[in-house]
Amino acid sequence: MANAPDKPVGRRRFLSKAAAGTAGLVATPRIGSSEPKKLLAGEQDQGHQNPPSDVALRVKALESILVEKGMVDPATIDAVIETYESKIGPRNGARVVARAWLDPAYRKRLLADGTAAIAELGYGGSQGEHMVVVENTPAIHNLVVCTLCSCYPWPVLGLPPTWYKSAPYRSRAVIDPRGVLREFGVTLADDVQVRVWDSTAEIRYLVLPERPPGTEGMTEDALAALVTRNAMVGVAKVAGRGGAAA
Amino acid sequence: MNGIHDMGGMQDMGPIEVREDERPFHAEWEARAWGLIRATGPFGPTRRRNFRYEHEILPPAQYLQMRYYERFIKLLVDRLIAAKLLTQAELDSGRADPASPRLTPRVTPANIAEQLRQRRSLRREDVKIRPQFKVGQLVRARNINPVGHTRLPRYMRGHRGTIVADHGIFGFQDTDAEGYALPDRPQHVYTVGFTARELWGEAANARDTVHAELWEDYLERT
Repeated sequence: MANAPDKPVGRRRFLSKAAAGTAGLVATPRIGSSEPKKLLAGEQDQGHQNPPSDVALRVKALESILVEKGMVDPATIDAVIETYESKIGPRNGARVVARAWLDPAYRKRLLADGTAAIAELGYGGSQGEHMVVVENTPAIHNLVVCTLCSCYPWPVLGLPPTWYKSAPYRSRAVIDPRGVLREFGVTLADDVQVRVWDSTAEIRYLVLPERPPGTEGMTEDALAALVTRNAMVGVAKVAGRGGAAA
Repeated sequence: MNGIHDMGGMQDMGPIEVREDERPFHAEWEARAWGLIRATGPFGPTRRRNFRYEHEILPPAQYLQMRYYERFIKLLVDRLIAAKLLTQAELDSGRADPASPRLTPRVTPANIAEQLRQRRSLRREDVKIRPQFKVGQLVRARNINPVGHTRLPRYMRGHRGTIVADHGIFGFQDTDAEGYALPDRPQHVYTVGFTARELWGEAANARDTVHAELWEDYLERT
């Protein structure tokens, strides 16, 4: 690979060292690596630099100019952030999944017309106009990706996580889904079918994970608390209370 | 366009980096950037280039290097400058030109919730068109290389798949070479299932499949 720095670095770590906005090298990939790189909570990788990064300053300048011009109201920005931080997120999808696990009639409606069944619980809108729900079974595992962009079902899962938008996931999910799943800690038997869904058009996908064993008699709230965002994208299974995955 | 954004099937992008704490925003500027994008406008000309095309024509090194919200902010700035609603001098100084007109925000705390909930469906209930293909039929993704925006990934072109579902009629999203919408061409959109072996060869698992939704113009009989 041309322009390779001496030592392989993760792309984001590289970015944190590069001056934002300047054209530079593209990070060297670690070909064949099978371990996902875990970033710790406090790791400085997304513009946490102090003094503030160049991009943070540019965003701040842009906001103050647009406010001065009367093109944007800062209170609206606050409301958008509040909405995506506390109202639109994976807890909505988890509620849908828990309901489907408890109510066979709801599950049937959900698989037949995802958009309408999700709307029954009050969720819908931008990037959830046409929802299809795909069900995991002992014989079928579903995985969702958007290779061309970062299309994602916002009303049920919120804004996509960084890894979903990243080049490594977008590129390999279609050619090596089993390898991608192993990176997330999911190893599937050869006789399980992997179905990858590339969100190329206007349909958005939600995976209905398998209900884990040992959850009989649990309430909808308790079940919803077990359901993770990753399980609803298809890169994880849902673990029961004791940690046993379905 | 055969650009860096069309990355399905590439293998040299490195390991997947997963954060322990996946929140919607990892820094204050990311949150403000997203808020700005949703809270600004619409101002400027109504005939605009396809937003995804604007992402796709970024130079590949820049596309890979920029953070997600950074890319969105860059494109918002480019649009505002092109619409003469913002100048480089203003960006450099961090202050609005005192001579620039004062506008009134179109998106407000009162209407933002409604804006975020609004459905923006491309489905066309206003036209009736007979589908060319039916569920179960074997089709081939055309070997085409459009230079504008397209939703037919490279890795599917020329390959045979099966129609799994017909989602009805949607507006065609491909653009001309400059990224502007083509003349209206509503058509059926289908889920097409490809076997992993058809796409990637004999080394792939014989059971695995890859599905995508493809507009009728992307498909031909086989």
